[in-house]
Amino acid sequence: MKIQVVILCLSWIVTFSQDNLSGTIKYKENNKIIPVAGANLYWENISKGTVSDEQGGFALERDVVSNVLIISHLGFKTDTLIVNSNERLDHFLIPDNEDELEEVTLIQRRKSLQKSFIEVQNIIKVSSAELLKAACCNLSESFETNPAIDVNFSDALTGTKQIKMLGLSSPYLLISEENIPMVRGASQAYGLTFTPGTWIESIQISKGAGSVTHGFESIAGEINTELTKPLTDVPFFLNLFGSGNGRFELNSHFNRKLSDRLHLGLYLHGNQRKEKNDRNKDGFLDQPLAQQINIMNRWQYIFPEKGWVSFLSWRWMNDQKIGGTVNFEPHLDSGKTTNWGSEIKTNRFDASFKLGYVFPELPYQSFGFQSAYSNHDQDSYYGLRIYDINHKSFYTNILFNSIIGNTLNKFKSGINFSHDEYDEQVNNFNYLRTDQNVGAFFEFSHDNNENFSWIGGIRIDVHNRLGTFVTPRFHLKYLPLEKFVIRLSTGSGRKSANIFAENQTLFATNRKINITSSGGQIYGLRPEKAWNYGLSLSKSFKIGSDDLTVSADYYITDFVDQVVVDWEKSEEISFYNLTGNSSAKSFQFEVDFTHNLLEFSNSL
Amino acid sequence: MKKLFLILMLLPLGIHAQEKSKKNVKTEFTVVGNCDACQKRIEKAALSVKGVKMVNWDIPSNVITIIYDQRKVHLDSIHKSISAIGHDTEKSFSSLAVYDALPLCCQYIRKE
Repeated sequence: MKIQVVILCLSWIVTFSQDNLSGTIKYKENNKIIPVAGANLYWENISKGTVSDEQGGFALERDVVSNVLIISHLGFKTDTLIVNSNERLDHFLIPDNEDELEEVTLIQRRKSLQKSFIEVQNIIKVSSAELLKAACCNLSESFETNPAIDVNFSDALTGTKQIKMLGLSSPYLLISEENIPMVRGASQAYGLTFTPGTWIESIQISKGAGSVTHGFESIAGEINTELTKPLTDVPFFLNLFGSGNGRFELNSHFNRKLSDRLHLGLYLHGNQRKEKNDRNKDGFLDQPLAQQINIMNRWQYIFPEKGWVSFLSWRWMNDQKIGGTVNFEPHLDSGKTTNWGSEIKTNRFDASFKLGYVFPELPYQSFGFQSAYSNHDQDSYYGLRIYDINHKSFYTNILFNSIIGNTLNKFKSGINFSHDEYDEQVNNFNYLRTDQNVGAFFEFSHDNNENFSWIGGIRIDVHNRLGTFVTPRFHLKYLPLEKFVIRLSTGSGRKSANIFAENQTLFATNRKINITSSGGQIYGLRPEKAWNYGLSLSKSFKIGSDDLTVSADYYITDFVDQVVVDWEKSEEISFYNLTGNSSAKSFQFEVDFTHNLLEFSNSL
Repeated sequence: MKKLFLILMLLPLGIHAQEKSKKNVKTEFTVVGNCDACQKRIEKAALSVKGVKMVNWDIPSNVITIIYDQRKVHLDSIHKSISAIGHDTEKSFSSLAVYDALPLCCQYIRKE
């Protein structure tokens, strides 16, 4: 019996030494004490724990191993206490005012070459980061890293690069600068070299039938260049370039904020190649000697509160190229049969004015006006052949954007006017031509805000040489699955072939020039007309944080009428209108893999 | 004099009546939601109402900006069409069944 009592006493002592820790968990808010229900209490390194009840009360068995008590609750700072006594514990938690998670900023670099999944048209956007990949130096060289455009080294004579899209050369593309047609007419051959690389902010390449708002001239596609703007460009920029083959470049930008609304930019470019290179020892220069001065001045006016934005720009450019034999000296040999050589001198002046207005109360409604003038003057000779061209151009465009019903149904409508005067001297022949065009356009776009959208456009033009005609264009985009885009496009385009300006290399030959008149109004030739049909598929995959895009494009350009440039016979070159079929088919398969570097910055 | 007084009294009413049916009215209110998917859903629901011209729902602030034609639609029906697909607005609340049917990322925390 005695033993039993002792055992009982002992066991009682044992349970007493193992005892419970009890108390309450509370917090203070505005001097009020509020119990915390559901707080977790546990001994460090041991899974044994409890949860506070609705009054904040708890009872937790003491542990032999650990005396470190952890109290936690979402929204409060976690507390760690060392508990040595068995006294009642009344603990106050401190609310965690910071977000439950510390802020983590994820930075993903935007791809410098983007295939759009949003636009209805097949548009590739090239940012200035992509342009940095190409070593230098002007617009014609900035397509070298781009799979949509083929760059051909056209001829050693002028060193100009010729670009091609969908198998068609650049005259079949509408090349514009800030949506004003730019490389056309007289500047067709060398125009891409007249825009310095550092002036380019971004390039948008649109494959296939373009938009009716830009005119009827695009057949294979459109390339638009956005130039740097005084508001967003750095205050001062200087770039010097020198290469082993004797090419030097200078680029300098000055931007100044004159007031909150008015910004001024001055852009200078100069390049020079004085060194004569003949590495293949054929007696001819590998690259022509060149010299260019290019100056642009821009004024940007913005008044965002009222919705106004305006640009006034002018630029002047002087370009000289000398090619031919190594021994050719222009002042001694020009016009003679001693040493063969060629000289191309171009003087160009551009001025443009743009005005945009967004209705402040109706952000979906806007109005735009743009007007541009250019005078392009080229004097050149290739051996004994002379080719001079003067092209004065005036272009103006008024555009109105709004909606029908709601923003899922948008439209663009407007008119444009162009006036072009050509004066060409081909040896002893003088060609004078004035082209005038008035056009009206309407473009409707629908987007179901999910997976289907389309754009339909139509324009009617009255042209003094091309007649009166209708240009329809249609684009459709459908996403049957996420990140899988199907695009269809079709549309027609027309242009007058400037046969001499587009094919200037012919003057370096001694070929006889034949023009077979077909009763048309441009050198006796009819204008070119073609339909373009396109299908494009694109699927994007995520592999971890990396992107894989697979795309396939198939485009057909079907000529209804074309000016054929026939080099077949070695002693002559012939220009005649198409009799028969002509089409260009282009298939492109592209796999694009981007390894994304994620940057973490942890801001507390 | 009495007549003038009457006209003066009625004049603000006339102006008020004119204001009541404006072609383009901009309004802002809160719609609860979390993510990109919610944005698509909310904007689509609002645009499906005839007379609603433009919708923009901002994810961080949960504020929707709407431009609508007051002559064609009453603001309440815009609220209703948004709450009908599960997103509570300041004035209109969705039923529990509709809320439960929301995509997982859109299941915002409801106020008690």
